[in-house]
Amino acid sequence: MKFSKRSLKASAFTGSLLLPSLAMAEDTLNSGDTAWMIVATALVLFMTIPGLSLFYAGMVRSKNVLSVLMQCFTITAVMSILWAVYGYSLAFGDGGSMNAYIGGMGKAFLSGVTVDSLSGSIPESVFLTFQMTFIIITPALIVGAFAERMKFSAMMIFMILWVTLVYAPVCHWVWGGGFMGADGVLDFAGGTVVHINAGVAGLVAALVLGKRKGFPSTAMPPHNLPLTVMGTGMLWVGWFGFNAGSELAADGAAGMAMLVTQLAAATSAVVWMLIEWMKHGKPSALGIVTGAVGGLVAITPASGFVGPMGAIAIGVAAGAICFLGATTLKRVMGYDDSLDAFGVHGIGGIVGAILTGVFAAPSLGGAGFADGKTMATQVWAQSQSVIITIVYCAIVSFIILKVLDAIMGLRVDEEEETMGLDLALHGERGYNN
Amino acid sequence: MKWVIAIIKPFKQDDVREALTAAGIQGITVSEVRGFGRQKGHTELYRGAEYQVDFLPKLKIEVAVDDDMVDATIEAIQKGAKTGKIGDGKIFVLDMSTAVRIRTGETGPSVL
Repeated sequence: MKFSKRSLKASAFTGSLLLPSLAMAEDTLNSGDTAWMIVATALVLFMTIPGLSLFYAGMVRSKNVLSVLMQCFTITAVMSILWAVYGYSLAFGDGGSMNAYIGGMGKAFLSGVTVDSLSGSIPESVFLTFQMTFIIITPALIVGAFAERMKFSAMMIFMILWVTLVYAPVCHWVWGGGFMGADGVLDFAGGTVVHINAGVAGLVAALVLGKRKGFPSTAMPPHNLPLTVMGTGMLWVGWFGFNAGSELAADGAAGMAMLVTQLAAATSAVVWMLIEWMKHGKPSALGIVTGAVGGLVAITPASGFVGPMGAIAIGVAAGAICFLGATTLKRVMGYDDSLDAFGVHGIGGIVGAILTGVFAAPSLGGAGFADGKTMATQVWAQSQSVIITIVYCAIVSFIILKVLDAIMGLRVDEEEETMGLDLALHGERGYNN
Repeated sequence: MKWVIAIIKPFKQDDVREALTAAGIQGITVSEVRGFGRQKGHTELYRGAEYQVDFLPKLKIEVAVDDDMVDATIEAIQKGAKTGKIGDGKIFVLDMSTAVRIRTGETGPSVL
């Protein structure tokens, strides 16, 4: 019976008041765990800069290549500071009577974090830096949905408000001692917190901002697919830190998380390629790498709970359903999610979150359900967590965007959009020859 | 004097240059161009979004020759550029009134 260790360790902060002896028994530094978590933290940072940045940069037109790189890089810097000032406290601090929903400000400015403070078997500095890389990549994922048309200033303010009002609470619900973790929802490395959250916020942003000028009648092919393929490779490698690191220890479960991550990504990549090959006659590089990312997303919530064959099954589902999400759904619904943040991360996150409830079954090679849960009640708990995240994230994202649109405007003007955001907003070009 | 312009498939550049050299042509000018003829363009597909690409990359070869070399030039280009498939390109021949060598100022067929 296995919950995410992340929530167990987070609850040790609050639990230590009631059970000091237990907390002290758990809080012994393990150098193996610490070494692995420092590496895992670096791997997850590597996913955003440069992995995700390049993945996105290759897919936009050449006149906007710097704008997406710049957005991802700036998010990385700003979120790091925000996390230290109050983000970590809101997500992992003790919220007192409100703890089911949000953490408190007791750890604001990293109050109490010293060289000696521990979180489980690793230094708290390592734990909070690992978590910092998650609040960096989540808003960076949203960038893909509104690429090539959003003002840089509005984008930054949106991201600051969004992580404060959406990411931090949802992170607290699942991992910080909030109600979802307490309800036995299984989200090992961030299916709801990271991917559904980012995907839904991206979809709402794409709808509120409207389509790019000329979409879909004008051709907007990716300007440099080799960057996208390279970026995907970096994402894939970094994902070992994301998923196996979410065990917060160097143990068997971390090893299994690594194995299932590899299998799901590989399966989803192959499935996407085969579907595309059959449907359109040619297997494409953009197709196989998108399939790989879909598989990585879908295995994220499941990675600590399923076995290798469950991972392959999740990979098949992710490849097929994300294919529909990125190719068909967008066209049918008519929204312009530029780089498929929703089609891949939103859809892949939902597939993974729900299937975690199926393939965690010991009979299917999984590690077992949360206490007292059967497959049916686990799937129900997973589905509820998906629905709550979608509804909460969609409503709050919509309100933030509408308010910002009224105050400062979200979109660049038509001339700037035609010129390209690189020159219009940043005064430079990606390529000078 | 004639001005011979050929639009060919880019990968046939070396074959055409060799054929022209063998025919005794002293100099050519080559540029990368885009266009379409009866071959039409092609489609590209990115995550299900299909784009019609109307303009295909082609190579434009320009050769200035004296009248007695025109047939040999056309023959050489045709020999070098032909694959037998649609899109091999075309050769156009224009009359040319003057040719000047910038270095010396001399004019006429001896410049070519």
